[in-house]
Amino acid sequence: MTNIEILVKDLVKKHGRQRNSLMAVLQGVVQQEKYLSEDAMIVIARELDLSAADVFGTASFYTFLDTVPRGKNIIRVCKTISCHMAGKDEVIKTLENHLKAKVGETTHDGKFTLLTANCLGWCHKGPVMLINNEVFPELTPEKAIDIVEEFSKH
Amino acid sequence: MSKSTVNLKINNIPLSVEEGTTILEAAKHLNFKIPTLCNHDDLSCAGNCRVCVVEVEGQRLLSAACATPVFEGMHVQTNSEKVRSSRKHIIELLLSEHNADCTKCYKNGFCELQTLANEYRAGDQLFIDLVKERDKIIDISSPSIQKDDSKCVHCQRCVRTCEELQGVSALAVVYKGDHQKISTFMNKPLNEVVCTNCGQCVNRCPTGALTERNYIEEVWDAINDPSIHVVVQTAPAVRIALGEDLGFPVGERVTGKMVEALRYIGFDSVLDTDFTADLTIIEEGNELLTRLKKALVDGEKVALPMMTSCSPGWIKFQEHIFPNHLNNLSTCKSPQQMFGALAKTYYAKKKGLDPAKIVSVSIMPCTAKKFECQRPEMRSSGYQDVDYVLTTRELARMIKQAGIDFTKLEDAHYDSILGESTGAAVIFGATGGVMEAALRTAWEVVTGKPVPFDNLNIMPVRGMEGVKAASVKITGTLPEWNFLEGVELNVAIAHGLANARILMNAIEKGEANYHFIEVMACPGGCLGGGGQPIPTNMEIRKKRTEAIYAEDMGMPLRKSHENPEVTQIYEEFLTKPLGHKSHELLHTHYKVRKRY
Repeated sequence: MTNIEILVKDLVKKHGRQRNSLMAVLQGVVQQEKYLSEDAMIVIARELDLSAADVFGTASFYTFLDTVPRGKNIIRVCKTISCHMAGKDEVIKTLENHLKAKVGETTHDGKFTLLTANCLGWCHKGPVMLINNEVFPELTPEKAIDIVEEFSKH
Repeated sequence: MSKSTVNLKINNIPLSVEEGTTILEAAKHLNFKIPTLCNHDDLSCAGNCRVCVVEVEGQRLLSAACATPVFEGMHVQTNSEKVRSSRKHIIELLLSEHNADCTKCYKNGFCELQTLANEYRAGDQLFIDLVKERDKIIDISSPSIQKDDSKCVHCQRCVRTCEELQGVSALAVVYKGDHQKISTFMNKPLNEVVCTNCGQCVNRCPTGALTERNYIEEVWDAINDPSIHVVVQTAPAVRIALGEDLGFPVGERVTGKMVEALRYIGFDSVLDTDFTADLTIIEEGNELLTRLKKALVDGEKVALPMMTSCSPGWIKFQEHIFPNHLNNLSTCKSPQQMFGALAKTYYAKKKGLDPAKIVSVSIMPCTAKKFECQRPEMRSSGYQDVDYVLTTRELARMIKQAGIDFTKLEDAHYDSILGESTGAAVIFGATGGVMEAALRTAWEVVTGKPVPFDNLNIMPVRGMEGVKAASVKITGTLPEWNFLEGVELNVAIAHGLANARILMNAIEKGEANYHFIEVMACPGGCLGGGGQPIPTNMEIRKKRTEAIYAEDMGMPLRKSHENPEVTQIYEEFLTKPLGHKSHELLHTHYKVRKRY
């Protein structure tokens, strides 16, 4: 059994084989693997007796369930209007330069993927970014680099 | 518990209907037509196109008639000014996302969206054109089905068809918002995914987004090349449905006119797939009896139940979904492919033709046959055995192109050889038909007497139930078959791949003990095939079924083993069923495919 098979089987054991465990299983895989590979979706489809297209359809509906490879840490900078007015463009530009990766890309060492996100609900403290599940409000370009540097140490 | 009655008014006319009835259904009782697009008789309700909106008194918003059940005291207006202008806007909004290149479109004249646009005189172009460049790539990877996302209006009939009728779900809704589209697993081309090529989606697509791959021009080219001898074979289910596209009512049998039309078009020889359907029965019947003998007498381990192999959609379904059961499939090729292999060998020899100069065309109710003829296994003659497959719809189009007034044609007879057939062959077009044909012959082989059913009509295997099961106790066997004396032969029949899956799951779990199973990929069997005239629904399929059985009753011979050309081909060419030549030309093997 491949690692992904073991992971999916464990998740299915925990959440059950019925259709409504699909989301939980997808989230479980993303939590560990950062994205849903073709193989992962095929195994999930087999385990839950769904079609692979159906699994892909569900996964592709959700922004946070990626179906392309992602880095170890996923940075999502809020791109909505409040953060825009508070200077998210500067933050993104700085991060792109610092990471040598454009929005949508992953760094060469595989440590970071830089993405944008729709409103994170922190409009009063923008610009804001999310790294994995952690929120970082009131960013400046310098602050953003410091935070990212901290993550690159782990 | 009986349902209670609900009283309501539609366009000020009172009526009473059963509780749970939708506005759409209720309006039909009064003969008010409410236009629909995403709605389809065979599918669950989606309510996403909004074309069927109506006004319900006291409600601020319009309701989708297909998705709204009636209630006591309801007042519905199906054609108020508000309804008409809203509907027009809805159609225009759908058109703003639709690549309306109507004059170039394959569905021109058959498109439900085009019809609606015409009825409502949509065309003011109130909305911005949203047809996206990225959608303008047409997937022609499949030899059977063509997918053009720029024509798609996201009604999801295809998605529901693939899931509810076929249990395959090769197509799903992917992404969201303005990125939403109907696609496959990881947006792979259709030929790389679990799609069985059944074409049921094509049969239900309201626009030109899903169509069959058509080979009409290739066939005209062959016909117009004087150095080429073009043979054509016609499947059983074509003759009872072709008329629908050419001015006849549903259920009209047009066998003779079809033969005459094919001659007018210019085919050099008009032959019948029914001949090889009869031949299939001889080969497959013997295969079944051989397997039973091995299991019952020799104690050998053989794959039972044996499963029919005529339906290429079913075959590909098994290869993808139940690859552990490929040995259960009969090794017999489908009648189309048996015909193809014989046309370029036996027929060529008898007629003194060079097989390299033969183009073999088949007219099928099926889109999966287009894939089947291109399988690498299907080149037993040394050439591609069947060159082109046209659907019933494509043939209707060729007949129109040829300027033939189909309704006025005389009835003609098939050419010989490979043109003779029996009633047992024609019922291959209906669910349960292959089973019935096989039983008519196998019973007589084993007992020397006709099957003990009135008029040879084996009613327990007929009908529209999704999975049918029947048992026959074998009695009065001839000496060489006495190991079958008293054996209860258990058979099952499924049509529509969702039903096939139910049957396969029961078999996998060991809940069922069948000897022989017939599966046809399409609802109702081939008569409801993906290549048949559009529209389709249960009522239409029932009428086509009646026509198939009427055709059977009208045949002078009704048992495959009585077909004189079948006897002749064994004497002159094949020597014996399951013999060396048969294995070379008439049998095949299957391969495991990926499950997505």
